[in-house]
Amino acid sequence: MRLRFCYTKLGKIRFTSQRDVARMWERALRRMNMPVGYSEGFNPRPLLSFGLALPTGAESRAEYVDVVVDDAAWQEAGRTTDDLPSELTGLLPEGIDVVDVEVVERQSGSLQQFVTSCSWLMEFTGVTVAGMGALIDAVLAAETIMIMRERKGRQETDDLRPSIIALGLAEGPFDQGGEAAGRGDEGSPVVVVAELATKPRGVRPVELVRAFVAVAGGAADDQSERWATLGGAAQGTPVLHRACRTQQWIQRDDVPDEAPVPSDPARGDAGAEHVLERAS
Amino acid sequence: MEPLASRMTREMSSLWNQIEPLLAQVTKPARYIGGEQGARTPTHGPESVSWLLAYPDTYEVGLPNQGLQILYEILNEQATAVAERTYAPWIDMEAAMRAAGVPLFSLENHLPAASFDVLAFNLSAELVYTNVLNMIDLAGFPLRGEDRTIDDPVVMAGGHSTFNPEPLADFVDVFVLGDGEEVVTEINDVLASFLVGGDRPRTGDPRADREALLRALTQVPGVYVPWCYEAKFARFEGEGQVGPAERLVSITPRFPGVPDRVEKRTIADLGDWPYPKEQLVPLIEVVHDRLNVELFRGCTRGCRFCQAGMITRPVRERPAEQVRTMVTDGLRRTGYDEVALTSLSSADYSGIEETVTSIIDDPACGGQVSVSLPSLRVDAFTVGTAAQIQKVRRTGLTFAPEGGTWRMRQVINKLIREEDLYAAVDAAFSQGWKRVKLYFLIGLPTETDEDTLGIVELAKQCVAIGRRYHPGVTVTASVGGFVPKVQTPFQWFGQNTIEELTRKIHLLRDAARPVRGLTIRWHDPKATAAEGIVSRGDRRMGPVIEQVWREGGTFQEWSECFALDRWLTALADHGMTLEDAVYRHRTADEVLPWDHVSAGLHRDFLWQEWQDALAEHGLEDCRWTPCYDCGACTGFGVEHVVASAVPPAGGSQGTGQDLTTGGQVPVRFLAEPPTARKERTLASVGATTTHGSSVADGGIEGQGPAGAPGAGN
Repeated sequence: MRLRFCYTKLGKIRFTSQRDVARMWERALRRMNMPVGYSEGFNPRPLLSFGLALPTGAESRAEYVDVVVDDAAWQEAGRTTDDLPSELTGLLPEGIDVVDVEVVERQSGSLQQFVTSCSWLMEFTGVTVAGMGALIDAVLAAETIMIMRERKGRQETDDLRPSIIALGLAEGPFDQGGEAAGRGDEGSPVVVVAELATKPRGVRPVELVRAFVAVAGGAADDQSERWATLGGAAQGTPVLHRACRTQQWIQRDDVPDEAPVPSDPARGDAGAEHVLERAS
Repeated sequence: MEPLASRMTREMSSLWNQIEPLLAQVTKPARYIGGEQGARTPTHGPESVSWLLAYPDTYEVGLPNQGLQILYEILNEQATAVAERTYAPWIDMEAAMRAAGVPLFSLENHLPAASFDVLAFNLSAELVYTNVLNMIDLAGFPLRGEDRTIDDPVVMAGGHSTFNPEPLADFVDVFVLGDGEEVVTEINDVLASFLVGGDRPRTGDPRADREALLRALTQVPGVYVPWCYEAKFARFEGEGQVGPAERLVSITPRFPGVPDRVEKRTIADLGDWPYPKEQLVPLIEVVHDRLNVELFRGCTRGCRFCQAGMITRPVRERPAEQVRTMVTDGLRRTGYDEVALTSLSSADYSGIEETVTSIIDDPACGGQVSVSLPSLRVDAFTVGTAAQIQKVRRTGLTFAPEGGTWRMRQVINKLIREEDLYAAVDAAFSQGWKRVKLYFLIGLPTETDEDTLGIVELAKQCVAIGRRYHPGVTVTASVGGFVPKVQTPFQWFGQNTIEELTRKIHLLRDAARPVRGLTIRWHDPKATAAEGIVSRGDRRMGPVIEQVWREGGTFQEWSECFALDRWLTALADHGMTLEDAVYRHRTADEVLPWDHVSAGLHRDFLWQEWQDALAEHGLEDCRWTPCYDCGACTGFGVEHVVASAVPPAGGSQGTGQDLTTGGQVPVRFLAEPPTARKERTLASVGATTTHGSSVADGGIEGQGPAGAPGAGN
């Protein structure tokens, strides 16, 4: 049996890496005596598979992990999935809350394979609402946005533009999911919503900032990774302050089994759906 | 008159909002967020003394330190104490902090270090001393003790390196020698009487108030306050003198009532201290990332180069039942799938086989738990135990013969015969291991090139043995330059020069080159020299350490940060030389800078051991043989505590030494009820003081706020 959990990564815990989070999960599952399956071979490892890695420093309301569970031991223990989220939340560090779980087909594809895009909320400083609006328009109007990035030790030039599916200003502050009414005063952080593709290669929030730098006429080879300083040098370019992944999406046509229904009508894309049906 | 007023003026609000923006700019930002499982978030108040426990190296190195975690728990259990932790910020974070004006902070509540009553360092090694200075400076209060007042934190230090406190005497107010478990609350009581409440009148002079506090602390056994002692130096006109002519002639108390000599603290029964009860589980990967349970403290093998073995005597074993409970509870609580049974020589634990088996067979451990013994004895029996516990992940085994020839090993008293090593290696390769690592020291007393090259001979044989089982076996000989350590028989030995160590490394490298499957790795002789500068230095080393730090020399244990030139320049600028500070043999009549602090070992015993070493005379483990009267047991009214009357199979050090006398030697057995034990202890101590040799003897100690309880580190 395979269980798919949806969890958050919010607050201080965002400074841990994806690998750290994997180890937190392994320990939490052992602490609750979950009959996790182990790999065969010389060095058996618990069968956990995580979706797209979240960059260290980014927050998320929609992280996923698949856990292979030994069916016999599971039935013997007489467990149900109902109490798993709250029990696991109690065993995981503050900021990691398990919000949902469902049983998925063991044969169904991996998260990494099927997620096609992610929605992000990003908070910027060093830019006005009007300035950011202009940058967004420039990005959306551009036919190509070429940036240099490193891949497996080699420098490659990529066109980011096709990977920027949606981009816009949020209505409200970051901490309220960008949804609350009323935009902050001029001078307060500007919040942006974006949907970024994960294929052929994932676009990270810092790379979106480099797209802003590029359309503003900045150096395309700036590969600085540090959020707060990135883009800060060029006049009027935004400084990424915080980023939060809010949703991960999969394409319906690619899913072999009956998948949960889309739950975000606002997105207006009938072909895409959440990785997991969210408990409303 | 109003102690509260001054304490309350210290800023006690969280720095998190200033720290958070820095974290986006640094590597491994989770080093600075706290939030580990088991971490406390204590509430500070005027009724409690606040301690900031500091480890002067990176978070990943410092977090697993068991000594610090033990004191963290004990202090937070006190009604009048709260304790938080801090670690040395890495270079990028330090730069960001200094640029943003953020001081050193605690991980729990992110409070500024200077707002604590105590900043207590764990000193496990000498090359971290520049980090100690850097952390005090980052905290933002005066670097030197003489410039501090009652309103500044008291700077303390514990751990193995405090057995020569003098190089840090200018910067550390209070050193604590030996096991910290008991003394930490006694110190807290003294601090509370000065800082908490308000019933103690102040003079109105904050410097005088600080001095009164420091003098009160000298009355706690195990506490050394360098400010209360005067070190006198005089011109030295010895024969053959080449370097500077200043020598230490005395260190004496400046005030009546201050002890001439400070003895270390020793806890009698490890079973009374089942700490840490809630080992911290870090959010990021650290060294020794596993559950650690201390099997015993102390070691009586008597390896003459080994400071830990000398200063932690006598042996005190944890009851086997308590070990099992700590393992089972610890695994359940932490979710770790690996437990290390730590000590200086875990295979010497009386009940090692039964203990390991019971952990592996315990259904509560779920069959997926691996057990590790960080320090393996060199014999086939030990490999058998290792095979039992490492059913999976059988990657590499490590042994430490330390010396290349039997002659050399008699000198250093590591009594391993070649047959023992070959049997161990044979057992390892025959049971599926394909990599064996061997630890050796070079630059040992009386060492000849034959001894040095013996390392390659031994390793070559090990490769040949392995080839019988697998064509692709590898043997790595890891070679460290020997640094003579204080409170050991080799404290008088003049360290090998950088050139000599380099020459020996080249000898080894050339001899090993034609041997397929053999790799030689070595430690940088320059770092060995720097360690030598600090290890046996006197108070004149304080300014040297300060200059190295001011020139940017932090993280000196990290090769990317280390530069010997800073040390040589600082030595020269203060009128000293490597020849005098490091390479020179000390003489029998010389005052040693650490003579006024004691790890319980008689100076006579250490000198006799030094002479025996030069005469190539080995000494058997005293745990199951008659007492050599080193002083550790008798001086503290304790003795070796073992969990089983039967010596471990294979015998100590694998020498096959006759251990059948074990039953008759009056060691204390944990199987007895506590009351009977106590009476018997007193009885045999009485006997010992009378005729001095009937009790199995050894040494004492354990660890201060730092000392890692095992050679595992």
